[in-house]
Amino acid sequence: MRAYEDWVVEAENKGLKICDVVLQNQVDDLEQTEQALRERMAKNLKVMRESVNAGLSGKRRSVSGLVGGDAAKVEERRRTGTTLIGERMSGAIARALAVAEVNASMGKIVAAPTAGSCGVLPAVLLTVEEIMHPDEKELIGALFTAAGLGIIITERANVSGAEGGCQAEIGSAAAMAAAAAVELAGGSPRQTAHGAAIALKSMLGLVCDPVAGLVEVPCVKRNATGAMIALTAAEMALAGVKSAIPLDEVIDAMADIGRQMSCSLKETAQGGLAITPTGRKIRTDFL
Amino acid sequence: MSKSNVFDLLGPIMVGPSSSHTAGAVRLGAMARKILGEEPLEGIITLHGSFAQTGKGHGTNLALIAGLLGLAPDDERIPEAPEIARERGFKVRFETADLGDVHPNTVKFDLLGREGRIQVVGSSIGGGTILIRQIDNFPVEIRGDYPTLVILHQDLPGVVAQVTLLLTTAQINIARMRVSREKKGAQALMVLETDQKIDEAVLGLTRRLPSIKQALAIEPLE
Repeated sequence: MRAYEDWVVEAENKGLKICDVVLQNQVDDLEQTEQALRERMAKNLKVMRESVNAGLSGKRRSVSGLVGGDAAKVEERRRTGTTLIGERMSGAIARALAVAEVNASMGKIVAAPTAGSCGVLPAVLLTVEEIMHPDEKELIGALFTAAGLGIIITERANVSGAEGGCQAEIGSAAAMAAAAAVELAGGSPRQTAHGAAIALKSMLGLVCDPVAGLVEVPCVKRNATGAMIALTAAEMALAGVKSAIPLDEVIDAMADIGRQMSCSLKETAQGGLAITPTGRKIRTDFL
Repeated sequence: MSKSNVFDLLGPIMVGPSSSHTAGAVRLGAMARKILGEEPLEGIITLHGSFAQTGKGHGTNLALIAGLLGLAPDDERIPEAPEIARERGFKVRFETADLGDVHPNTVKFDLLGREGRIQVVGSSIGGGTILIRQIDNFPVEIRGDYPTLVILHQDLPGVVAQVTLLLTTAQINIARMRVSREKKGAQALMVLETDQKIDEAVLGLTRRLPSIKQALAIEPLE
């Protein structure tokens, strides 16, 4: 079982970024050149951009009709310049909702790490892009950093709602996005670990209780709040705020909480929001 | 479980909303099509468990048809799969049933093509990964991640050796292998997953071996 800490130490010792360490590791594991891996990752970035744009148009409805059009509402308000939390942050919310709505309406997305949590990482990365103006190569690098952390999470815990609840899906996505954002904004390898740890700690215990078993309620909006947590955690880490509990231990805690979580709260739609009177009614009306 | 790579964590590129109920369903349909080995004309798709209960909202039905039509998990025509099936003259209908002690996301395909018919049972086991569990009456384990050779043969001494010798000669390495039979001396099924592609020449030679009734080479899913 590997630790993210090992990669931090390796990056520090060699004067590299986390993305370089992850890339080297994957060149060995997949027996492909760095160039080939970068090109394949570039496709992911391209589809992420397309899914943001598709979702902001606001013309999509989900299969059940429960979800759609909210990204456009937030984007519309942002354009008027009267947002409560600033244009940048409302932009991140709109992007996260956009991608999650595209997913719910059978559009094309990149699972990151899952389809249900596909909005967090594109929203965070494209928001950091708007602020920091990194080049394409750096953005692709940040995707390797995010995915590298994802690998560690799957080895020590999991990224499945059925196994670990929503903390394992949106929580993992937020941690991955926080690490990527910190690196993209010029943070150190160790700061990526603190950012990811702070983000994941904020998501611990979150259950997976989808109404009617669909990837719609509350999943779509949780992509937006997950993106906010990732950006908040990244901001703290970049300022030098440290997580008292190291990242690997937070991941282990997430795995432990997932094991203790009742099955009714792990994607079975038998607890939480799914069995509220309104949740039940939606299920009956749709099915 | 094999070690994850960065593209397991960022990817697949897919049509939503669910990696298991949508992308996995497309892949199951695609594998069933490959196992049939021809364009399907008629199909009965039986949904079990979570596929039966929440399939509608995840577009599972659309995704299964799309896979049977040969569409990829990232094809944006997946929502229109029933119309495409109608245009191509593929008649398909759905049923639900309890398929017993199997994974919650399990489906049974009964497919008819011009050349023959086949029954395939498979499960979507998470993140878009699939496992084909049964072909006709034979239990199998096919993930679609390797080139696969499926051979229906007589259960006799030496048949397995003949096939593996042929693969040795063709410099094809076996990654996984499983043999099952109806009963001693009766029909048997051999499934070999290999590191190298199984070309037409090797397949042709396999078919000419004594005691071989049918042989099918399945290319891995993308």
